[in-house]
Amino acid sequence: MTDVVLVSSSRAPDPNQIEDLTLLEEVASRTAGVSRLEMCIQCGTCGGSCPSAADMDHTPRRLFAMLRAGMREEALKSNTPWICVSCYHCVVRCPQNVHIADVMYTLKGMAMEAHLYQDSTAPDFSQTFVGMVEEYGRSFELGLASQHYLKHFPLRLPSMLPMGMGMLSKKRMNLTPKRIKNIKQLKAILKRATELEDVE
Amino acid sequence: MSDYLLYPGCSMETGARAYYDSLKAISEPLGLNLKEIDDWNCCGATEYFGIRLTPAYALIARNLALAFNQSNGTRSVVAPCSACYLNLEKADYYMREQPKLGRMVNEALATGNLSYVPGSLEIRHLLDVIIYDIGLDVIEKNVVRPLTGLRIAPYLGCMVPRPDYDHRWSDHEYPVELDLLLKALGAEVIDYPLKTECCGGHMTQISPETAFEMIRRLIATADEREADAMVTVCPMCQLNIDGYQGETNRFFGTKYHMPILFFTQLMGLAFGIEPKELGFGLELVSAKNVLDAIGVQAPPETPPAPPRRPRKPEGLPMPAPLINENNIKKALKKEVTK
Repeated sequence: MTDVVLVSSSRAPDPNQIEDLTLLEEVASRTAGVSRLEMCIQCGTCGGSCPSAADMDHTPRRLFAMLRAGMREEALKSNTPWICVSCYHCVVRCPQNVHIADVMYTLKGMAMEAHLYQDSTAPDFSQTFVGMVEEYGRSFELGLASQHYLKHFPLRLPSMLPMGMGMLSKKRMNLTPKRIKNIKQLKAILKRATELEDVE
Repeated sequence: MSDYLLYPGCSMETGARAYYDSLKAISEPLGLNLKEIDDWNCCGATEYFGIRLTPAYALIARNLALAFNQSNGTRSVVAPCSACYLNLEKADYYMREQPKLGRMVNEALATGNLSYVPGSLEIRHLLDVIIYDIGLDVIEKNVVRPLTGLRIAPYLGCMVPRPDYDHRWSDHEYPVELDLLLKALGAEVIDYPLKTECCGGHMTQISPETAFEMIRRLIATADEREADAMVTVCPMCQLNIDGYQGETNRFFGTKYHMPILFFTQLMGLAFGIEPKELGFGLELVSAKNVLDAIGVQAPPETPPAPPRRPRKPEGLPMPAPLINENNIKKALKKEVTK
């Protein structure tokens, strides 16, 4: 994600790509709550409100147009959902009340399922975080950070050292993970929830 | 006394220890009775929604179900962390808005003999409770050491005033609650235009350049307006601006020194509580200037060094793989061959 991707504004859809008209519906139905995605009027308020749009390959507005046009592969390959910081600026400004941030979460999930993301840093981070939570019921920063940095930013480790040491010496980071009492119950709930989602 | 169920969230025990310490210290003078939800679990932050939807909501809903079972008369759950607050509120709201989600989550909860009827609890952020339930008059009455002369940038971050499913805040982009509170403490509140801009959240781990720029904007704007410190309501905001200020400075070649404190720490200070009890000294960007400005002695600078090997580890063993020579070599090799 370090490369700046410049995209021309007049990108034409690939003529060989089959239009997938169920895509919009699929994204909407997999989003929590009522997404209102089909109500998008392409006004661009979302992209204009976004603090990290400069690093996105498509603005949210264009991404939603691509979903409507059935450009499955291109849409799921986009870095936009991964660069979204979930700040909800676009959500409160959207004149159509589209649940934009939640649609971004859905697109992340679909991209992971289809293995279509371009950079594994963000998906790996989420997976590692969730792995810790599923195992302990709590997050564990030291385990998360060390695993993640080792894999994705080994060269950043020296510059991270002062902060890491500071956090440890001030006891702002646990050396060992903490597990909730009834982890068995939590695991059973999550397992059942996963099964239910697979049936859907 | 007003009774509330407290959902502290993971960071209150670690990264945001100063927030928890200062909250405990001000609870009594405010008449705030917080009962921690027994055996709560992580809310999943911003990571779980992108992986799997139903488990993500089931994870949050377990906390709601536990809270309801332990409610004993009160209906209000208080979360001091922004992401926890939003996730609890979001689960409650979406289970109402989309009954199918509510049904699936409850079916999963049933395997743990739990259930939750959405809407049966009230999810509140700590600042909301302090301003609207406790009230500014009670706060003013407790001030024995007004923060006169301190210039503070009020910084809320994004997830408290947005998306605000239950319409609790004065505005989505420029709410005034934190300003009013700081004024009641006697501080000089600067007009801080980025008060609800994002701190970058997890971007420090994913796309550092994106994060550093977001952090720089926030610090630079507070610095331009000659703030002595920023004050926040969120552990993530505090961590990014405090913990990553050094790396951001190195990245841009800047020399900012902008301490960031939790609003509860300033409340405690104005209430005359000792800085050490309020978690002063735990910040990486020292807030000594803040204490100096109001003539309070800072706690000793050098904290005791951590033992190299904890003698009796209270927690569980570290999960593999962690930093060791072989892993570093492997990773470096990979980076070079790239």
